[in-house]
Amino acid sequence: MNFLQILSNTAAQILSPTTIGFALAATGLALHFGFTGLLNMGVAGFMAVGAYGFAISILTFGLPWWVAALIGIAAAIVFALILGLPTLRLRGDYLAIVTIAAAEVIRLMFLTTAFTPVTGSADGLSGFHSGFRSANPLPEFSGNAGFGPWMYSRDQWWVIIIGVVLVALSVLLVWALLRSPWGRVVKGIREDEDAVRALGKNVFAFKLQALVIGGVIIALGGIISAMGTNVNPNVYVTSQTFFIWTALLLGGAATIFGPVLGAILFWVVRAFLSNLMPALVNIGALGFISNEQAQMLVFVLIGVALMLLVIFRPQGILGNKKELTFVK
Amino acid sequence: MSSESRPSEPQSSDTSGVVTRQKTTGLHVGEIRPGVAKVDPIIVADGVRRTFGGLTAVNVEHVEIPRNAITALIGPNGAGKTTFFNLLTGFDVPNEGTWSFNGASLAHVPAHKVARMGLVRTFQLTKALGLLTVLENMKLGAADQRGENLFRGLIPALWRKQETEIEARARVLLAKFKLDAKEADFAASLSGGQRKLLEMARALMSVPELVMLDEPMAGVNPALTQSLLDHILDLKDEGMTVLFVEHDMHMVRHIADWVIVMAEGRIVAEGPPETVMDDQAVIDAYLGAHQDVDLGVVTGRVAGELPPEAAELVEEVAALDAAIDTGSADAAEPDRKA
Repeated sequence: MNFLQILSNTAAQILSPTTIGFALAATGLALHFGFTGLLNMGVAGFMAVGAYGFAISILTFGLPWWVAALIGIAAAIVFALILGLPTLRLRGDYLAIVTIAAAEVIRLMFLTTAFTPVTGSADGLSGFHSGFRSANPLPEFSGNAGFGPWMYSRDQWWVIIIGVVLVALSVLLVWALLRSPWGRVVKGIREDEDAVRALGKNVFAFKLQALVIGGVIIALGGIISAMGTNVNPNVYVTSQTFFIWTALLLGGAATIFGPVLGAILFWVVRAFLSNLMPALVNIGALGFISNEQAQMLVFVLIGVALMLLVIFRPQGILGNKKELTFVK
Repeated sequence: MSSESRPSEPQSSDTSGVVTRQKTTGLHVGEIRPGVAKVDPIIVADGVRRTFGGLTAVNVEHVEIPRNAITALIGPNGAGKTTFFNLLTGFDVPNEGTWSFNGASLAHVPAHKVARMGLVRTFQLTKALGLLTVLENMKLGAADQRGENLFRGLIPALWRKQETEIEARARVLLAKFKLDAKEADFAASLSGGQRKLLEMARALMSVPELVMLDEPMAGVNPALTQSLLDHILDLKDEGMTVLFVEHDMHMVRHIADWVIVMAEGRIVAEGPPETVMDDQAVIDAYLGAHQDVDLGVVTGRVAGELPPEAAELVEEVAALDAAIDTGSADAAEPDRKA
């Protein structure tokens, strides 16, 4: 068992486009749920809309990559408006039902063979990276470069740089919004809509704004994931939504940096266990458990960890303990 | 408590140091009856009806709320007082009827726009925003905040100055309501009574024209009640109109200039407090015949004098006591067997 290799693989996970995509999605979800109190259960749908908007614009319409990214964002805005306009006037739980259903509708539409020429159905889309990669400003080098466990190719570095910049900008945006009076209203809505309405605030407009902005940040997560790998409908399943919720709750739902920290920890722990378990099986430390079962055991352990977290630290790692001392 | 002098002059602003303040009189036009016209109404409601299935919760033919006066809305539980509040403030929509505020129709105006017109309310079940601090709660109450616009909110230079002003105003109000020491605490850590105070103070942050208080005194301790009463009287001095729902008749008698009585969704009586409380219909529907009798004296547990009209009540209690005694004696028998 090469323990150093396991640690190296785990550390490399921190900068993978998937982790960065998760960090963005969790940040958007923090704005939705942690600060505004919107129960968005369709996170995967927002990511899918961003990723497919990006890929289809390039492959089908031949647009430059940055225009395609803007179209991915626009698609997320439209998606948020379609979900929000009819449901945000209703009680909070309706949004949860509608978003979880809409995310599945979106996924099945990308999966169906009816639109195969555009969506690639079950195979997904790939081969849309050339324009994006040719815009890479990094100097030419062959093979991998970097330091320590973070050795990536030139193409990979380009995605990582864009991703980290987007995470920084998103966190900055959420922070700037939440310190303003706008953020105060939004937090008030989380606590009690009617009270805020009685004070003369247009609750519906604030909720819609939060849904759109959070949705755009989540879609950016989808776009970054698409830039790093390819687009596949099997990624944007409901469990993806729950993994992002896990990352959010892990870091702290009502915190600025919590979602990013949560996303990193989620993937680090997952990568560590995914590397460790098969290694343990190989040296026979887990007895009768086979390699495949060990992979499944990773998810069992993640589930147990989440349970422990919710029981002993419900406010998340960065959350304020005081905020959960009181029963609403 | 109910023995204020009743000057004919509507109201004088010079009330400093005077414990019993003058009431506003001469509010109505013509003979006093349910739905009487007012000299200067701030709210006029006509034929407002709200039904929940087969139940008619509110059925008001005509009512006018006088301006710059304190009006109490009283009535038994389930009389439709809170529903009427909800209808007036846009939180609920009546099946039919017209109602206006300052002459502007309020039909189909959403709740937040009603509030912006200068009509703010509090809730019977207090709605303090738990995970916001007391100061943040207060600041949220201020109207027309530039920083509440999504884009302007991103540039602090545009709202910092206003924010400082709002904060200063919030601190003054908090001090007035004796909540200044709690400023940095989460509203969730306040007691029930303190939350009532916070909600009222928060409503005042928007400098409203009409304040509608739904049971402002419920759960507030006696010492605080006194200062709260003064705050409400101050509101009138500052030119605001107050409409409140309350079950504490001493408070109603003490501060209300006008009382409207609702029962089963209708306005059954209205008038100045002294007149209304002697109205037989009001006594039957709501107050009961023995509102001033100390029940401790009636049951003989506390020494004291009883008014002559309570004799009947004493007899009733004695009869009940006797029934309970024989009843418990009977009930004790099977216990012994077991």
